[in-house]
Amino acid sequence: MKHVYGWLLLTPAAILLVGFTHYPAAATLFDSLFSTGTVVRPSRFVGLDNYAALTDDPIFWQVLGNNFWFALGTIPTSIALALLMALWVNDRLPARALVRMAYFTPTVLPMIAVANIWLFFYTPQIGLLDQIGAFFTVPSRNWLGDPDTALACTMAMVIWKEAGFFMIFYLAALQSLPPELEEAAKLEGASRWYFFRRVTFPLLMPTTLFVMVNATINSFKLVDHLFILTKGGPDNASSLLLYYIYQVAFSFFDTAYASTLTVVLLVLLAGLAVAQFQLVEKRVHYR
Amino acid sequence: MSAAGRRAPLLETAAAWLLALLWLSPLLYAFWAAFHPAEYATRFDLLAPLSVGNFAKAWTYAPFARHFVNTVMLVTMILSAQLVLCTLAGYAFARFDFAGRDIAFGFVLVQLLIMPEVLIVENYRIMSRLGLVDTILGIGLPYMASAFGIFLLRQTFKTVPRELEDAARVEGCSFLGVLWRVYVPLARPTYLAYGLVSVSYHWNNFLWPLIITNTVETRPLTVGLAIFGAPESGVDWGVISAGTIMAVAPLLVAFLLFQRQFMQSFMQAGIK
Repeated sequence: MKHVYGWLLLTPAAILLVGFTHYPAAATLFDSLFSTGTVVRPSRFVGLDNYAALTDDPIFWQVLGNNFWFALGTIPTSIALALLMALWVNDRLPARALVRMAYFTPTVLPMIAVANIWLFFYTPQIGLLDQIGAFFTVPSRNWLGDPDTALACTMAMVIWKEAGFFMIFYLAALQSLPPELEEAAKLEGASRWYFFRRVTFPLLMPTTLFVMVNATINSFKLVDHLFILTKGGPDNASSLLLYYIYQVAFSFFDTAYASTLTVVLLVLLAGLAVAQFQLVEKRVHYR
Repeated sequence: MSAAGRRAPLLETAAAWLLALLWLSPLLYAFWAAFHPAEYATRFDLLAPLSVGNFAKAWTYAPFARHFVNTVMLVTMILSAQLVLCTLAGYAFARFDFAGRDIAFGFVLVQLLIMPEVLIVENYRIMSRLGLVDTILGIGLPYMASAFGIFLLRQTFKTVPRELEDAARVEGCSFLGVLWRVYVPLARPTYLAYGLVSVSYHWNNFLWPLIITNTVETRPLTVGLAIFGAPESGVDWGVISAGTIMAVAPLLVAFLLFQRQFMQSFMQAGIK
């Protein structure tokens, strides 16, 4: 009976999961082996041709590179800021709840809404950034229209959005550290910095690794801001893999190639999952 | 989040405050621009006259009322479906030793990694085959069986003592009765945490709703806001800020009221 009941309870969720996760994932792989069908030329099996096209596609390499720089530019900075925020908020700070709220607020806001606000900062001449620049007689710039600065501008906003989210993990970890450690360090006359470097930071290492892997996975899914800030431009300078997939599928209507790109994204995510799993295993061994 | 830790030195307090101000400033700026006439959008004058004209304009420029209704419907529909589906599946995984359970659980966890937004191309094709393009059901369907919800409820149900279940069985409860009378009430904190995360996620979600909707009748707030805020639409900053604030207001107010609960829920969601 338990077999029947177990499967009966699972069935509704299983149908939806298979229908919208497993089947489309398999279909993506399948479609990447076919050409995009048109009215005159139906879709046909092309083997690995789409993958060959992929390796020859400069935009693919560009967005992949952008994803790399995007991850490298946002993750370490937001983690460092998150740690700093958590250390501060964990202290007995005047109006601590208010400070914590300020740090965390960007996390609950939709990316589209915050991008709308940040767009104004970056607008040439009338934007806040240029106005501050004008005060120091720095010439005006088209921050989002310049390939040299567009990606960096999106990264600044993402750091602002993510740091407060990572903070709460550090905060929880800090609060689970035994207070005796700090008392002992005080008795020994250790400086705050020494205590942080030799005790707190190493003890927070599992949290840091955890946040790092999650942030990396996230960095492949964060594309909403591009729709507002840059549309991936100029010349794909700020585009990311998932945004490129969107463009190929829904602006260029090349679904087979979009499936091929999706396979690359799935492989990347799977690789990260393996890394995450091994990390969890490792953490178990520490105990 | 207890009152542990030491008293912060003055310099650090100042730095923490400065960073907090910096972090709030984009939002504060949006409020400034929204509540002042256009000519004060970039001029910070304490004596600038307050006005709600921008809100009135935003409300008429875009069908915000419709977007609000759509978002509320979407969020409610997704959450109610998630609660039912995830409760049933979580209960199955926690308490029924059925054949293939561990493999099935592994398959469920796959969705933690391959979120529906990664599969936009294929899911769009499925929705058009089902005739669900440009429907609110079409936006919600891929998210209803949530691996995260199943996982979370399975963990919670596992902590419920077996004796409680056995006692209820002796009283004549069926297995669904046990679920409803014993497990669900005991998992209330988990439901609350999950509900908060789900509502904020779907209130803010953008990419999939953008792809699957094409008319005002189905577009949620985020998609409406993106069209409204596009530079091509030529609306001024004050009006865009007003629209932005309207779209985030319900969630922002909820967050300010239930800060602690929000942070704890988001943390649970992250740790999994």
